[in-house]
Amino acid sequence: MKQFLYFGAFALWVALIAATPLLADNYTIRIAISIAMFSAMAVSWNFIGGFTGYPSFSTAAFFGLGCYAGALAQRNGIPLVMAWVFATLFVAVFAAMLGAIILRLKGHYFAIGSIAIVDLTRLITSSWGSLTGGGDGLNVPLLQGSPQEVSALVLYVMLAILIVAFLTSIYVDRSRLGFGLKCISQNEDAADMVGVNTTSFKIVAYTLSAVFCGAVGAVYASWVGYIDPTDSFSILLTLKVPVMVLLGGAGTLLGPVLGAGVFVMLEEVFWANFLEWNRAILGGIIVFLIFFLPNGLLKIQYRTLYGALVQKLRSAPKQAEKSS
Amino acid sequence: MTEILRLENVSKSFGGNRAVNDVSFSLEEGEIIGLIGPNGAGKTTLVNLITGVHPLSAGKVIFAGEDVSRQQAFQAARRGLARTFQIVQPFPKMTVLENVAAGALFGGGTGSVEDALDLAHEELKFVGLDAVADTPASSLALPNRKRLELAKSLAMRPKFLLLDEVNAGLNASEIDGALDLIRKIAARGVTILIIEHLMKVVLSISQRILVLHHGELIAQGDPRTVIEDPQVVEAYLGSKFAARVKAESHHA
Ligand SMILES: Nc1ncnc2c1ncn2[C@@H]1O[C@H](COP(=O)(O)OP(=O)(O)OP(=O)(O)O)[C@@H](O)[C@H]1O
Ligand SMILES: [Mg+2]
Repeated sequence: MKQFLYFGAFALWVALIAATPLLADNYTIRIAISIAMFSAMAVSWNFIGGFTGYPSFSTAAFFGLGCYAGALAQRNGIPLVMAWVFATLFVAVFAAMLGAIILRLKGHYFAIGSIAIVDLTRLITSSWGSLTGGGDGLNVPLLQGSPQEVSALVLYVMLAILIVAFLTSIYVDRSRLGFGLKCISQNEDAADMVGVNTTSFKIVAYTLSAVFCGAVGAVYASWVGYIDPTDSFSILLTLKVPVMVLLGGAGTLLGPVLGAGVFVMLEEVFWANFLEWNRAILGGIIVFLIFFLPNGLLKIQYRTLYGALVQKLRSAPKQAEKSS
Repeated sequence: MTEILRLENVSKSFGGNRAVNDVSFSLEEGEIIGLIGPNGAGKTTLVNLITGVHPLSAGKVIFAGEDVSRQQAFQAARRGLARTFQIVQPFPKMTVLENVAAGALFGGGTGSVEDALDLAHEELKFVGLDAVADTPASSLALPNRKRLELAKSLAMRPKFLLLDEVNAGLNASEIDGALDLIRKIAARGVTILIIEHLMKVVLSISQRILVLHHGELIAQGDPRTVIEDPQVVEAYLGSKFAARVKAESHHA
């Protein structure tokens, strides 16, 4: 039953985003693409940050490597779709190997280690000029078609990545793997002791958190046609994605999608109206999350909230009578 | 009688501190073995060595004929070497049922999550926790948390169960309940090693006793012989206690 609700809500939301090329202007389609790609990355992050409880800040490293792997593959003559697939696999292998090392760290140490990966990959990319073009960036072969066709194509590919990521998260949630990840998030020693192979489970979760970001990065590079190290390996991106998941509800299935949607739209509103305040807004949301929404939008007890509100409204007139 | 566990010259040092020093013994299948010794004697460390939590500094652990000296904790669990923690370690936000299902699914090697939940139900009935199956583990009081630990280990289908002070913090009647449960577990054919400070409890339940002191095995054998061993009296029991137990056992 609950499962159907998830599917239904998600399908409706995807359908709405998918309809934008038919209904709306190019500006709205850009927002839709943004929502699709951030949702896919948020769903990815949820595997490690939500299910497993490891606060990873590596998202931008995976995204950036996806950008560069896709771009370089294409520049070396690999056809578009193959280049995207190559980038995705490359990032998956990278994450699996890196995970075997970095997942020895726990808690704050893991968080710091994972964020250092972003800086490290950015530094390597910008200093390896002969391959990556260094700080000057890289031109990526442009997608064929009119601007409308290109944005529609990018939107549908991003949505496809999101759908695969979401279905994977539903599958993992119900599987032995997901059960083990939840055990790890609650008490890793106890998980070890009941027979969970914690090391390999964590590596799988970390790899899942990377693979879809790699795909998104590769498609993004083809869309924008030009990438550089600062844009591709952005600390802001690496912070935003976890914040989106926390906003929606970490460890839940719909939370990451909800959080990414709300965040991107909020950002768009503020972006349009108060350009200079954009970063302050991220900060504001973080503070708000920590103090008022520790479990995310999905976990609010809406019924209790509604009940309390009704009570307040009912008692307010009475108090007014008393005081008069 | 077949041997289930053998330790050969097992040692463990933490820095300069020899927590376990050259310990050797052999245990038979189906026994209940008591492990006693003063605080800091190395009892918990020994359990950690047998279950792959710490690597050995020296020696060998043979379980069911297989050298498991280099195993990791999760492998021990899958082999049928289960243990409870001195400080209980639940998955706090999961339900009691899910906690036990985790044991079945991973240590017990149950095929699917559904099967694991079914098996968990059985084990909860066995330890008498089925009424609270759907409450979060964190809401249980201490005696029930200890029962939960037992159910979780049992769901792992262990051949050998190591109980690290499962009775600590319980009152007399709760201890009686726990001992009944432990006897019922032994009746299922599980070999049990129990660490316990209350001598009355150890003597009533163990068929054999091992005594650790400063990391060394200073005595082993049937309960009577062990409590009369002068070294054990000196190191752990105290002469008054020994005299009293001796008197009691003569009356009986
Ligand atoms: N992880 C560890 N790191 C360093 N020293 C340790 C570690 N675990 C145990 N020790 C040391 O090893 C010795 C034995 O400790 P252990 O916990 O095994 O004793 P114990 O017999 O279980 O005592 P208790 O009855 O208090 O539970 C102690 O000196 C302890 O400080
Ligand atoms: Mg101990």
